[in-house]
Amino acid sequence: MRAAADRGTAPRLITDVHALREDFPGLSQRVHGHPLAYLDSAASSQVPQPVLDAMLAQQAMNHANIHRGVHELAERATRAYEDAREKVRRFLNAAEPEEIVFTRGTTESINLVASSLGSTLLRPGDEVLITWMEHHSNIVPWQLICARTGARLVPVPITATGEIDLDVFERHLNERTKIVSIVHVSNALGTVNPVKTLAAKAHAAGAVVLIDGAQSAPRQRIDVADIDCDFYAFSGHKIYAPTGIGALYGRRRILEAMPPYQGGGEMILSVTFEETRYNAVPHKFEAGTPNITGTVALGAAIDYLSRIDMAAIERHEADLLAYATERLAAIPGSRVIGTAQHKAGSLSFVLRGIHAHDVGTIVDQCGVAIRTGHHCAMPVMQFFGVPATARASFGLYSNREDIDQLMLGLEKAVEIFA
Amino acid sequence: MNELKELYREVILDHNRDPRNFGELNDADRVVEGVNPLCGDKMTLYVKLHGDVIEDLRFKGTGCAISVASSSLMTERVKGRSVGATLDLFDKVHSMLTGADVETALESRRPAPAPRRAARRSRRLARACRGGRGLDGASY
Repeated sequence: MRAAADRGTAPRLITDVHALREDFPGLSQRVHGHPLAYLDSAASSQVPQPVLDAMLAQQAMNHANIHRGVHELAERATRAYEDAREKVRRFLNAAEPEEIVFTRGTTESINLVASSLGSTLLRPGDEVLITWMEHHSNIVPWQLICARTGARLVPVPITATGEIDLDVFERHLNERTKIVSIVHVSNALGTVNPVKTLAAKAHAAGAVVLIDGAQSAPRQRIDVADIDCDFYAFSGHKIYAPTGIGALYGRRRILEAMPPYQGGGEMILSVTFEETRYNAVPHKFEAGTPNITGTVALGAAIDYLSRIDMAAIERHEADLLAYATERLAAIPGSRVIGTAQHKAGSLSFVLRGIHAHDVGTIVDQCGVAIRTGHHCAMPVMQFFGVPATARASFGLYSNREDIDQLMLGLEKAVEIFA
Repeated sequence: MNELKELYREVILDHNRDPRNFGELNDADRVVEGVNPLCGDKMTLYVKLHGDVIEDLRFKGTGCAISVASSSLMTERVKGRSVGATLDLFDKVHSMLTGADVETALESRRPAPAPRRAARRSRRLARACRGGRGLDGASY
């Protein structure tokens, strides 16, 4: 058991995350005269110093193209790149590094599967099952491939609390369901979906299962073997790495059967004008020179997280979510959007009579960064009958003072619009 | 906090609470929809023309206070004006909001003050412009 061996050798993990805030230089600044309270980690997390150091070191001293050169720098760059792949494999508990494809992020990961797998698997009348709580990046790629193949996109409705009803989900599965693509943790509602159960039901119906892990990867231990999904997509910039890098886990036998997503260098074995032989997985899906520095940074972010007990991050964020929910209830006219039993990471809300953008502008002046808008989940907004929400979301570095500062800002908003 | 007081001045809050010319216009000659996909704001502008004159106009939709108030102020300002004069005003306000021509606009006439202040906040620019863009579209 390779995975067990990996975990068995782990040193003592950090279980108190409070002191880690100091690792994030971006958080020590003042904004509009106030200490920055960064509550927008669900959109993008701040980057810790060790990751910044790794990026600089890679870019400064190991800059070369990968998989191509015989010289020392090319060797170093290739090694750093492939080491990062192994780190991602361990992070997700995938069986083999060949099952990890580097992408620009969750969106590109989903597009890769939709485009490549969808083009060979989907026939007219087939169905792709998603849910009403998906991010646009788990809706639009499927719409595109459905339009090309004649398959149908079927969204499973959600409950008034923002959860998936298992019976309703099961009723939407049938012999035409070829792909099931579900978000693990909703970015707009915070709902944590029981993906292991959903994957088992989808597999029983004969479907391939993709999990959108953009919001779950930073906040809980991910084990693709345990979830038993066929694909898992996540973004680096939500797990304390920079933007522009992410990864896709794919079950090897499925990846091997899939056609390439893009053509170019690196993804080939040999090229003639008559015929091109493709490289093995994962290189078949990595055409062109990749984001090498970003990949190394992603590996460094995983190293950073691997020193920390993920359960401690989960507990810390759960505590912040409970505290923020309780404090928000005391703000006149507040309403939480998404009241699932099991939530993580985000608190989405509206204030009566105040548009979310005005809320965002006012708290920004108080040094508080939150996200406002439809959170790239317009169907969710439609479902709850609101044009937009304000969303406070947490990272491992967030603390109760950030939330207190947000509440001061919200009180200010209520005062201005009274 | 001064910035906030300036942005959310009484004129903005008043027009947001009680937008003028709000609603649909059943006999509109032009109906234009303006959408900001970034934030989901959506405004529909209804214009009724009499010859070259904007006889009546209304708007409806959702948006932040700046977006609603600037649309409301715009409808007040252009009702009864000719299309040409309205487009002229649109150009002036637009260049003022985008910062291209603030001084000229200040000298030439007293500009609509609230949107100018709003324009200091660049991400609000699109919203303040929206009503005007819809108007621009409606006049063709």
